[in-house]
Amino acid sequence: MKAFEYAQPTTQAEALALLSPEPGKCELLAGGSDLVGLLEKMVLTPDRVVNIAEIDSMQQIEADEIGGGVAIGAAVHLDDALDSPLLAMYPAMMQVISGLGSMQAQAQSTVGGDLFRRPSCWYFRSGNGLLAGGGQMVALGDNRFHAILGNDGPAKFVSASRLAPALIALGATARVIGPTIDDEEFLPLEELYRTPSREGQRETALLPNQVVSHVILPPGEGTSGIYEAKHGAGPGDPMAAAAAALRIEGGVVREAKIVLGQVAPTPWVSREAARAIVGQRVTPETAAAAGRAAVAKAAPVRYRPSEGQHPPSGTVH
Amino acid sequence: MEKTPGKTGFSRRAFLKGSSAAAAATALATAPDVAEAHQVGTAVLAGPTVIVLTVNGKDHKVNVEPRTTLLEVLRYQLDLTGAKPVSGDGSSGASTVLVDGKPMMASTLLAVAVRGKKIETVEGRGGEKTPDAVQKAFVQYDAQQCGFCTPGFVVATRAFLDKNPKATEADIRGGLNGNICRCGTYANVIQAAIAVAKGGGNG
Repeated sequence: MKAFEYAQPTTQAEALALLSPEPGKCELLAGGSDLVGLLEKMVLTPDRVVNIAEIDSMQQIEADEIGGGVAIGAAVHLDDALDSPLLAMYPAMMQVISGLGSMQAQAQSTVGGDLFRRPSCWYFRSGNGLLAGGGQMVALGDNRFHAILGNDGPAKFVSASRLAPALIALGATARVIGPTIDDEEFLPLEELYRTPSREGQRETALLPNQVVSHVILPPGEGTSGIYEAKHGAGPGDPMAAAAAALRIEGGVVREAKIVLGQVAPTPWVSREAARAIVGQRVTPETAAAAGRAAVAKAAPVRYRPSEGQHPPSGTVH
Repeated sequence: MEKTPGKTGFSRRAFLKGSSAAAAATALATAPDVAEAHQVGTAVLAGPTVIVLTVNGKDHKVNVEPRTTLLEVLRYQLDLTGAKPVSGDGSSGASTVLVDGKPMMASTLLAVAVRGKKIETVEGRGGEKTPDAVQKAFVQYDAQQCGFCTPGFVVATRAFLDKNPKATEADIRGGLNGNICRCGTYANVIQAAIAVAKGGGNG
């Protein structure tokens, strides 16, 4: 690891004062389950690490008096979220955490940390940058787990957050603070993510000196769930995920939000899938039709194992 | 979330919360004794720093940098070599320790970030002369081959069964999913864990 300074603020104002407006200078630490490995491998080489896990005001799950939903502090650990009765009305979120496949990950990772998990792309994780040669390494190399949607630019990694598809489907809003403590905005969670178009940009729209302090969910009134297609039973990333939040009346879907995960550089809101299921009863047939609609425009990067380079050894799959 | 700061921690923490970053930094700079070194504040740490870690019930003064991991402190300063460096990114489970009772990866925790928390390693669970129920069961069911992953499995099993004392075989398989054994001793590990669960968690 490159040497860095370390600070552990206890308030949101202190945290913001410790951050730098310059990209890459500061990294936010919460549970450490993602960041420390990236520091260890020198994929990230910040001058300062700011630990936001000990900010009291970001460690609570509270009923949102105004909206009727809940406000989840970004520093809430996933196992505590799983045990919280306030979150039982959000099955899609609970299923994601249960499905992480590692109790260590559940205990150590935080809600905010998961939203900012860096991509698992093996070219990125072996130090080739997020776009890995303007997308060329992915296009020419082993790209079996790269983006199949939203991949026409140089970004071909897939968004790594496990919670984001479920939270977006559930209508989550991110409370973003910074650069100063007087700056506060509420951003629909899907707008937090963006596809970078040049090296140096990150996969979220946040400024380097902004922090997501809370995730706010509206009341969980409908039906929700997530399906993650996994390779084997281990704790690795799913190959694809789909979260759905539906309002069903009289057996018929009246409203639907369907968000795909692990398939594009951002969580992928599929309006096509939602359109296919609205007005229908949910049956294996209509669900399959929504699935087909979701991937109708998918364009996998062609895999050319004989022409390309193999992924570097010792990298994360 | 349960918080277990050091003995004098709570009031000091509350004080720091209400003070400015500068005041906190000054207060910390003039706080050399062991009890004070437990404290957490907004002082910016850089380079070698003496901190206190609570490991297996004892306070240890250790010299770390911000980049030093808990695993490095345990192995190279405290000679607690049970937790193992394998993946470096926490994906193997071999460095599982308990932090305030929860299973976490010592390889992906910065030592400075666990000041004031209770750390328990496999060595804290007893040993050859006084093994705990999980350790006894691992011996009885021959739940190790090369043994490299074993300390991580023992700590993980203890943590899982403490939280899920009536766990079924399926629960145990799911719960221990974050630990990897390249010898493939899973069958015996699961049998050992089932035996502990059937014995009411105490073997």
